[in-house]
Amino acid sequence: MSDPILTVTDLSVRIAGLHILQGVSFTVAPTGVTALLGRNGVGKTTTLRALVGLTPRGGEVSGHALIGGVDTLRTPTHRLVRGGLGYVPEDRCVFAGLTVAENLKLAERPGAKPAYDRVFDLFPELSKRARQRAGTLSGGQQQMLAIGRVLLADNTLLLVDEPTKGLAPKVVTEVAEALEAVAEQVPVLLVEQNLAVVRRLARDAVVLAAGRVAWTGPAARLLGEPELTKALLGVGSSDDRKAARGDSLAMAEDA
Amino acid sequence: MSTFVLLTLTGLGLAALYFLVASGLSLVFGLADVLNFAHGLFLGVGAYATWWAAGHVPGAGPTGFGFVLAAAFGVAAGALVAALVELVLIRPLYSRTIEQVLVTVGLSLAGVALLQSTWGADPRPFPRPEWTRGVTDIGDAYIPNASLLLIIAAAAVLTLLLLFLRFTRVGLVIRAGVENREMVTALGIDVRKAFTLVFAIGGAAAALAGALGGVYFGSVSPGQGGSLLIFAFIVVVIGGMGSVVGSAYAAVAVGLLQQFVNYYGTAGLGDICVVALLAIVLLFRPQGIAGRAVTA
Repeated sequence: MSDPILTVTDLSVRIAGLHILQGVSFTVAPTGVTALLGRNGVGKTTTLRALVGLTPRGGEVSGHALIGGVDTLRTPTHRLVRGGLGYVPEDRCVFAGLTVAENLKLAERPGAKPAYDRVFDLFPELSKRARQRAGTLSGGQQQMLAIGRVLLADNTLLLVDEPTKGLAPKVVTEVAEALEAVAEQVPVLLVEQNLAVVRRLARDAVVLAAGRVAWTGPAARLLGEPELTKALLGVGSSDDRKAARGDSLAMAEDA
Repeated sequence: MSTFVLLTLTGLGLAALYFLVASGLSLVFGLADVLNFAHGLFLGVGAYATWWAAGHVPGAGPTGFGFVLAAAFGVAAGALVAALVELVLIRPLYSRTIEQVLVTVGLSLAGVALLQSTWGADPRPFPRPEWTRGVTDIGDAYIPNASLLLIIAAAAVLTLLLLFLRFTRVGLVIRAGVENREMVTALGIDVRKAFTLVFAIGGAAAALAGALGGVYFGSVSPGQGGSLLIFAFIVVVIGGMGSVVGSAYAAVAVGLLQQFVNYYGTAGLGDICVVALLAIVLLFRPQGIAGRAVTA
């Protein structure tokens, strides 16, 4: 098996007196999607934010997270991103007051030719709405813009945080299809609550519980064993439809 | 009618002065979340550097092109001091609000004390080019040319700032940073470089206010920056933190309100009305006229 693209060792994060991550260790494969799963509040988003250097001020981070010899926990965020660590945050975080074109222009990295063709092939809608303010886009279009921004440059790893959160079922499918295409070119560490999306995209899974890694292994095995899924995630994989309501319906039907 | 024109244009002159101080203050707060109480110092530096340059820098002088050169020297000094303040004192204190306030308040007090100890506490006569001492007849009202100069300068600064924000990459970074600084960093941009530039731009605008304020008031004194800063803060809050256009609207509202109420009411009532306007905005639209957006 190839060396992992990311090796996280003993990652601990303490914010405002709360010990959110307590010695988390896992690896991310150099290809495909690795899903970072767990119940609400276990520290999935905290993990991604720590990896990209966005732990809130005052937060204490320890441990190591190595990508090609670079410890991301000790490198400024802008350098990590320029070095190829793409980050798509929870809730999209597009710049509402800027146009779609300006949002994309901002993501151009110095010294690298921006791959607008790649972005517009994947999300033609963005090309049509280039002059529209990002704040007036639908949730799905904003998510496409958030993913499109990081795809303007070549990445060695993408961190994607809950890309289908709050989206309509049809849009969930579109976003999942786009991520599937993206994952063919670059490895992805994906935080996702929608298990139908996880089933479709992820090859590996890392499950957090109470600030620690509770389980790692093939995603198919985790989701294929209802007892295991229920014990670790608090929801049976067969209950996806009920758990994620409409979000997973389209996905389940696709599958 | 002539009284109305006179009050309107002198009110706009005052608004121009407020805008020049407030625009930088607003951008600095919007982008870097720094409440800079030392911003008045940049105005003082601009005023004193212009006054000093008019008498000492070769080519500079109290009139004509010599004054333009002196004012340019003052603006450059203001920008330089602002950039140094950001690099040396503010940069180690980002996200430490209390420390920032203490440092900037301390710096403003120390700056005034330094100016006093160097050039004394008494107002110094300021070089005034001949044209600025005259008046222009507009609609049967005799408008002081110093007011017109302030209005023209503020309009030029507003236009340049908007063009800079709209058409340059750094301007794009600033607009985005005012919305979500963290996300700008997450796109691979070292936003701290923009902080220094915004401080320098704010310092330059405040220094220009110092130079032209000296012309307007006819003198320069160490505490001038501090008293203007209070109204500049009010303008920033009413206009919306981070919004240059909002600051312009708010400056016009504050300047006109002060001038009209002071004339038709009693002297000093205008200041009270400005504070009342601030209270109303805080109660009903706490994000300010333009909200937290940098251009509109």
